[in-house]
Amino acid sequence: MSRGCFQEEHGIFRRNFRQFIEKEVAPYTLDWEEKGEWPKSVLRRMGELGFLGLRHKEEHGGAGADYLYTVVMAEELPRCGVSGFPMGIMVHTDMATPIIGKLGSPEQVERFLKPAIRGEKLAALAITEPQAGSDVGAIKTSAKKDGGEYVINGSKLFITNGANADFLTLAVKTAPEQGLHGISFFLFPTDTPGFQVTKKLKKMGNHSSDTAELVFEDARVPKEYLLGEENMGFYYIMQNFQGERLIAAVAAVAGSQLLLDLTIQYAKDRQAFGRPIIKFQVNRHKIVDMATRIAVARSFVYDVCGAFNEFDSAQSADPAHAVPFELVKEISMAKLFATEAAKLVADECVQLHGGYGYIEEFPVARAYRDTRLLSIGGGTSEIMKEIIGKIMDL
Amino acid sequence: MKLLVAVKRVPDPEAKIRVKPDGNSIVTEQLKFVINPFDEIAVEEALRIKEKLGGEVVVLSIGPSEAAEQVRTALAMGADRGVLVKTDGAYADPGIIARALAEVAKQEGFDVLLMGKQAVDTDYGQTCGMLAQILGVPCASFAYKVEVEGESKRLVVVREVDGGLETKLIGMPCIVTADLRLNEPRYASLPGIMKAKKKEIRQISLEELGVEVTPKLRVESLEEPPKRQGGRKVGSVEELVRALHDEAKVI
Repeated sequence: MSRGCFQEEHGIFRRNFRQFIEKEVAPYTLDWEEKGEWPKSVLRRMGELGFLGLRHKEEHGGAGADYLYTVVMAEELPRCGVSGFPMGIMVHTDMATPIIGKLGSPEQVERFLKPAIRGEKLAALAITEPQAGSDVGAIKTSAKKDGGEYVINGSKLFITNGANADFLTLAVKTAPEQGLHGISFFLFPTDTPGFQVTKKLKKMGNHSSDTAELVFEDARVPKEYLLGEENMGFYYIMQNFQGERLIAAVAAVAGSQLLLDLTIQYAKDRQAFGRPIIKFQVNRHKIVDMATRIAVARSFVYDVCGAFNEFDSAQSADPAHAVPFELVKEISMAKLFATEAAKLVADECVQLHGGYGYIEEFPVARAYRDTRLLSIGGGTSEIMKEIIGKIMDL
Repeated sequence: MKLLVAVKRVPDPEAKIRVKPDGNSIVTEQLKFVINPFDEIAVEEALRIKEKLGGEVVVLSIGPSEAAEQVRTALAMGADRGVLVKTDGAYADPGIIARALAEVAKQEGFDVLLMGKQAVDTDYGQTCGMLAQILGVPCASFAYKVEVEGESKRLVVVREVDGGLETKLIGMPCIVTADLRLNEPRYASLPGIMKAKKKEIRQISLEELGVEVTPKLRVESLEEPPKRQGGRKVGSVEELVRALHDEAKVI
């Protein structure tokens, strides 16, 4: 798999990280699926080992490594056997915290980012609301300035890590009349009075990751917790979350490959009508179709990862520099293609497993449910198409 | 304290090994390679001794130029520099390996030379003994615990033997081979991996070392283990005993 842009040291990291996942995570994930969450002790352990700050600056406690290490991490995480835990970790490392590294004041870095990288504080990203998902401009949670503080009111929905997070990277409206241009980000400690986790949501899949509904009632945070500039939130969302979308594509390809490998083994072992079912042409062709689709997806995703890595390495000093439209288009295409491919693969793999594919004890049943989220979370396939269409000037 | 650690590039123990049609080598395309797990334990032990007493850890390997990856992995764990003796082919002869290691060890000088008790690919476990003989130094094999005894330049090595533990006291310089339970090797940290990029790996060839490269050992043939058969249920203890005696012929 040492294709594309990886170098020897990425390989060394891959083996190390894989060992960690196989030894210290995989044996416990089914238990976490039952419990509906994963323990913070894993976060601390990952912080100790330096896995939570790959791309973060060294002065923030990170390793200052390039984006490809994050790609390796996203490819290896699915080996833990479930999708929920990887999602929780990636939300912490790549969705909720990179923006603090880029925009955070020294106090914010000290208080939120450094403990997050050490694994002492769990982060969540809170944007989505009951009436605002893809339509980010429609969020209603508001922050009103009151002296040296902001008073926050509203609610958030589908927030990964929301029930256990120590702080939120929280999107609110500071100028509701300005629509998209009235959104701001705050760092919000979850022990703030007026904050409440009102519901831990039961999901179709990703059971090892907790997802919450959050409510804010006159919750006050000091104005020093405003992240970046006021009313620049939408811009930050668009600029800083491209890497995360690409990571979803990477994870989709890696997860599909694992699932296919598992299914090939099953098809070799499973006998029907006197021979292994893989010896039927129809099944062989199905498997080849899936393998081809995954290979094509991987190749394109790696290509875009290389381009994004180049951009990211060159621009890391300048957070205001916009991701070029052409790259945004390709990232959106990568997410669209890889996550749709993953759904197809999951569906066919269940089919190849026959009745066993419907049984909870078989990993393929869980993978089928988990995979369904990929084309929804982090921007739906439809939104990807809208972005691509807009950039293509259609 | 000068610590040398010998590491071997071996196929990933979890990979499926296939024998080539020629019958005396294995298929290496697409095969993943790692540091011999026992050697990795030796690296960890060297690092722990260094962390306690100071000094330098130098990693040695003999193999193809790709073995630089295994040396680099040990550097990422924290070793200071590496030496790679390059060979064109795969030398499976412990005699050649021992002579080459001896030459490098003489060049470098050392207090303790560590390695795994055996390589998991060929399982000979002979290099250490031969090396000790060539260098004329003591060797403690199958170490379960290693401690440096004060300033005395002596090493306390505890070994697991049948029914208990055996403690040996040996003078330095010496050779120690690591057993499975000596320690649990650390993960290479990402900063460690980044630093390892800048660490030196000196590359030399077997010929430059002046080592005689005619093997005294030849592999005649390799065979894959017999395919595992499915089990079967028996109805009674009598039937089980009869099957074990008459069919499996194990009792």
